[in-house]
Amino acid sequence: MRWACILLPRLALDGVLRRHPDPAAPLALVTGASQRRVLHAVNPAARALGLRPGQSLTAAQALSRDFTIHAYDPRDAERWQRLLAAWAYRYSSQVSLHYPCALLVEIASSLALFGPWPRFEARLREALAALGFTHRINVAPNPAAARVLGNAHDGLAVTSQKALKDVLGALPVERAGLPRDAVEALSRMGLRHLGQVLALPRATLTRRFAPEVIRHLGELLGEWPLALESYLPPDEFDLRLELNFEVSSHQALLFPLRRLIGDLSAFLAGRDSGVQRFTLELEHVKGTPSQVPVGLLGAERDPGLLFELARGRLERTRVGAPVRAVRLVARELPPFAPERRELFEARPQQSQPWEQLRERLRARLGDHAVHGLGTVGDHRPECAWQPAFLASAQVDDTRPRPGWLLARPIPLDAEVAGILAGPERIESGWWDGGDVRRDYYLIETRQGQRAWVYREVGGDGHYWLQGWFG
Amino acid sequence: MSGLEALLDERRIWRGRETNRPPTGCPSGHDALDAALPSGGWPEAAVTEILLAGQGIGELALLWPALARLSQAGERVVLVAPPCLPYPHAWARAGVALERLALIAADERDALWAAEQCLRSGSCGAVLCWPRIADDRALRRLQVAAESGQTLAFVHRPLAALANPSPAALRLVLEQGRIRVLKCRGGLAPSTPIAFARAG
Repeated sequence: MRWACILLPRLALDGVLRRHPDPAAPLALVTGASQRRVLHAVNPAARALGLRPGQSLTAAQALSRDFTIHAYDPRDAERWQRLLAAWAYRYSSQVSLHYPCALLVEIASSLALFGPWPRFEARLREALAALGFTHRINVAPNPAAARVLGNAHDGLAVTSQKALKDVLGALPVERAGLPRDAVEALSRMGLRHLGQVLALPRATLTRRFAPEVIRHLGELLGEWPLALESYLPPDEFDLRLELNFEVSSHQALLFPLRRLIGDLSAFLAGRDSGVQRFTLELEHVKGTPSQVPVGLLGAERDPGLLFELARGRLERTRVGAPVRAVRLVARELPPFAPERRELFEARPQQSQPWEQLRERLRARLGDHAVHGLGTVGDHRPECAWQPAFLASAQVDDTRPRPGWLLARPIPLDAEVAGILAGPERIESGWWDGGDVRRDYYLIETRQGQRAWVYREVGGDGHYWLQGWFG
Repeated sequence: MSGLEALLDERRIWRGRETNRPPTGCPSGHDALDAALPSGGWPEAAVTEILLAGQGIGELALLWPALARLSQAGERVVLVAPPCLPYPHAWARAGVALERLALIAADERDALWAAEQCLRSGSCGAVLCWPRIADDRALRRLQVAAESGQTLAFVHRPLAALANPSPAALRLVLEQGRIRVLKCRGGLAPSTPIAFARAG
């Protein structure tokens, strides 16, 4: 077992910044009662203005007014942590949310697939940077040590127990994750580094310190097991983005939409599933949220495709009232089967696959606008087809059938020059109320058009036009 | 001979560039037509405009051999807003693989947009459309899309559009029993009509 701990030191702040159009602008998270608001976290640009976490908002505003503030919500950080756990689940089957603002990932069993570790690590870092989260990644033989290494190091990979002991020994006591009173007591005893603490006889430590301290030291060295609760990915995706301002144009909704779809795609890749149907909810200040359902013919998870589709649907709906928040809900997550491709494509310049084109057309023209053509075993021409993509049935019928069929028969008004074939009697449908008894003829008009016409058996002898032999 | 050289050296005579290689064609399946066209068939990656005197005069018999070959080779054939419903049995008997056939229902304005999307995507083998009020700008858009997507495009228009200018690479009139080529890229249009007899 080998554990990587991905520490997310600015989780709440990054969560806000990543949906901000300009992350480089000064921004601060504030918390506390409305009478006395305190800065909770600041981004580097705000730090350059002299703002510090823990400052009161009034003091901060005395320093500068060119920064935006955003309310800090502890549940936000938790939500981002769960989202990242869903993302990390694609790299390992054992992901734990044991520590706040950190992910524990078991990597030994994943190295065969993603390894060696430097390459795996680069991959994790690249993905996290793309998702917009600051991070520190360290590896240790046990989860507690991996977490504690994150307090002082970044990019450290400790593989052996002996090396771990050395690295932990050099760690300052206040960074070791010990309770505050224990740290104070240890530093008063003149112990600066964890190595000095570990060198003491365990019996004397047990007498002086609370059991949690001893337990923590044991966990760090891997002598005590740490019971971790494994992360279980949820069965549905539900993410809500609150907007900083009221939005009433489609254009301004595209940025949060892109983020939502990107997160959905990361989530789907972790579960190895696709999405066939999802709903965008636009929440207004008043009234019920407007719903924008997006449906596809097949399961997909490519963020570009999903964004394009959602954008098409969104642009067709009217945003009545200003929008305060956007929510993306996907409840059905069917398995995703990637399209099989030929190794040597006959058409290398193919820029957009058919599935993507089809969804694009459906997004603009309507859900039923694109369909295939299949045969049905019925003699009546109007019942002999269905809109479906099917493997073609063997047609061994040699009787003449027209290439074009009229949606409904119309009286023939052209002059008949001659009858080329017929009559052919079609009599069917007495069981479903669509009873027909017709004699069909293939005729040619004076203009050289060939038509498929019929006369009702026992009717008035009028020709009805049903198709053209194109 | 030396006089000619001198004239050319003085650059007072403009010398036409060598004509571009005639566009490669996709065999139409009708030998007389293939022989008459400089491309040897339907021009690839270009718009073919077919002017029809009416429905049912062989417009499908003209295209079916090419469509059958494309669809059997696994290419997709897209009909954008056809005037009538394709009767599956007749299309299957003509050799068109029905599972490769796609229909798009759209109104007049969206039909041009849809046809352009299909052509541009490059994932279709042939796109057929029936615009009623298309001007030459719309056709030019289709032509550009067909070029960028390397796709065959067939535009059917009524005979009334004969007088309108057209950017199509091949323009022909289908009449009773014959085809008149009005314009073809890569060579002079044959002056005499080509006999066209449909089977059956």
